Amino acid sequence: MTEKGKKTDASASENMPEMKTKFETLSGIPLKSLYTPKDISDLDYDKDIGIPGEYPFLRGVHSTMYRGRLWTMRQFAGFGSAEETNHRYKYLLNHGETGLSVAFDYPTLYGYDTDHPLARGEFGKCGVAISSLKDMEILFSGIHVDKITTSMTINGPAAIVWGFYIANAENRGIDRRVIGGTIQNDILKEYIAQKSYIFPPEPSMRLIVDTFEFGSKEVPCWNTISISGYHIREAGSTAVQELAFTLGDGLEYVRWAVKRGLKIDDFAPRLSFFFNAHNDFFEEIAKYRAARRIWAKELKALGAKKPRSLLMRFHTQTAGCTLTAQQPEINIVRVTMQALAAVLGGTQSLHTNSMDEALALPSEKAVRIALRTQQIIAEESGVTNTIDPLGGSYYVEWLTDKMENETYKYFDRVEKLGGVIPAIEKGFFQREIAEAAYKYQKETDENKRFIVGVNKYKMDEPVEIPILKMDEKGEERQINRLKKLRKDRDNAKFERNLGRLRKAAEGDENLMPYILDCVHSYATLGETCGVLREVFGEYKEPAIY
Amino acid sequence: MEKKIRVLIAKPGLDGHDRGAKIVARALRDAGMEVIYTGLHQTAEMIVETAVQEDVDVIGLSLLSGAHMTLFRDVTKLLKEKGMGDVLVVGGGIIPEEDIPALKKAGVAGCFGPGTTCEDIVEFIKKNVKR
Repeated sequence: MTEKGKKTDASASENMPEMKTKFETLSGIPLKSLYTPKDISDLDYDKDIGIPGEYPFLRGVHSTMYRGRLWTMRQFAGFGSAEETNHRYKYLLNHGETGLSVAFDYPTLYGYDTDHPLARGEFGKCGVAISSLKDMEILFSGIHVDKITTSMTINGPAAIVWGFYIANAENRGIDRRVIGGTIQNDILKEYIAQKSYIFPPEPSMRLIVDTFEFGSKEVPCWNTISISGYHIREAGSTAVQELAFTLGDGLEYVRWAVKRGLKIDDFAPRLSFFFNAHNDFFEEIAKYRAARRIWAKELKALGAKKPRSLLMRFHTQTAGCTLTAQQPEINIVRVTMQALAAVLGGTQSLHTNSMDEALALPSEKAVRIALRTQQIIAEESGVTNTIDPLGGSYYVEWLTDKMENETYKYFDRVEKLGGVIPAIEKGFFQREIAEAAYKYQKETDENKRFIVGVNKYKMDEPVEIPILKMDEKGEERQINRLKKLRKDRDNAKFERNLGRLRKAAEGDENLMPYILDCVHSYATLGETCGVLREVFGEYKEPAIY
Repeated sequence: MEKKIRVLIAKPGLDGHDRGAKIVARALRDAGMEVIYTGLHQTAEMIVETAVQEDVDVIGLSLLSGAHMTLFRDVTKLLKEKGMGDVLVVGGGIIPEEDIPALKKAGVAGCFGPGTTCEDIVEFIKKNVKR
């Protein structure tokens, strides 16, 4: 630095001292004002960073990235009845969406039919109600399931709902070998954060490994799991916790599958991931980059040989918990920045939240703007021209490395507790997340953290935003459809298939073929899941806060 | 010595979003109240039963699934049937503005949406608790 430069710097710190004594990422990683080559001097470019499409895949999973193919624009959607949601899917596809993503209502997520007593008040409220193959047929009517890929956020009863999707395609003459998509099927994060679990860990893990095995042989274009950090983050975790707990869960699935006798290179290429895009722009980008490198290293260490087995391919959703009910239009700006972080982080697929989601399910207009946000990033911003444009930034590389190190610290802590499932049973993850969530809220309440429109730049004016209205007749229609289905189907065949599933569940065969037989004979979700509930029992969590 | 306010934080229905419920439970405890948390997946009957057993002054219902119009009102109805209509009931979650008048009419005294501070909830409870 020249003498002149030094002088300017000195007078600047005198006249403009830093506004805070401590600067840190949203996750609490302390930051310096400037990063230089010294901060990454222990990184070896070829070994630690490398090029996209090659080990350790830090810079991207494909060699051409968005020059070869854009991310899939996949808006998570579902409400009311299958008819209404089918209409929304067509609307989104007409506006340029390139993949589908199904949100199910709570009864469906817990494996109950719409007419179950515990479904009271929940029909179609935060997703679409799917109680049988019949509903799935309506949900995808007029949609080319052989051409478009579909992601389904379903966990406890994932095997059964996947069965509906496969059976629907087959009934339409489409080979199960050509259909593509994803089932979330990630039960560990349900116990940890999202809490839509049904069975205890052991049988849940068995069902998941069943889907890995069945998928690798029978439905080869399907991602049989989407190992999810999104919900962990929404429950209040830090970025580091999201990264560490998610990858830790992923490795746990691999161990269970290997223990079953599956060959790692047969199923690992179909493991996919799902991360959150929160507010701290660079921290989020570092998170995605670190995730790729850690996953590649760990899978290699576990003996994976195929390059595809090492790829941490992921979907991203912008952070729902950052949306404000106050001045909802400004959420468009938040979502834009979060979406940009996901793209700069190399996501394979993206959901952008709608501005009105802190108030209700999104209206058509709100969801269209959310989709347009992705389209602007893709078509106008120029960020797709160059792969991993932030690679090599002293700060980003340092932060990526830092997040990786912090992740390994969590891996060690979980191992000391006996592994992922014992740590869940001890409430470790749940407590870590609750602590972080409480700290975040407290800092906001005490104005140590600002949220525009909430504790800074507030306005006292009523929120005027149209709220989505659902068809009030939907529930009645659905219940009548269920009644008719139970009357019209071949009930002898249905009983026989349910009996065979029960017997198989009591043994140790792969349950997917039995589930598909039940589904094809129009057993409902509640009936099929009910059999498994009887055999496997239900999980109850300790209520801690 | 002044009697501590006893609060039941409850998660009715199938909704698993418990971030808010846990934060509020903790904030109320830190504010000097006695807090009981039901855990997830409670029916209205279970919540009211716990409220009776624990002799609470306040019930805080948390729901983000959109089923509040049914489930919150199930709880207030049952409370009245059990002669516990004087328990202060408050709710939190994703609750559209237009649903609030009907909930108030049904006996949900306060609704707290995203952006609420814990302090707002503490103050509301202290001011409105009847028992």
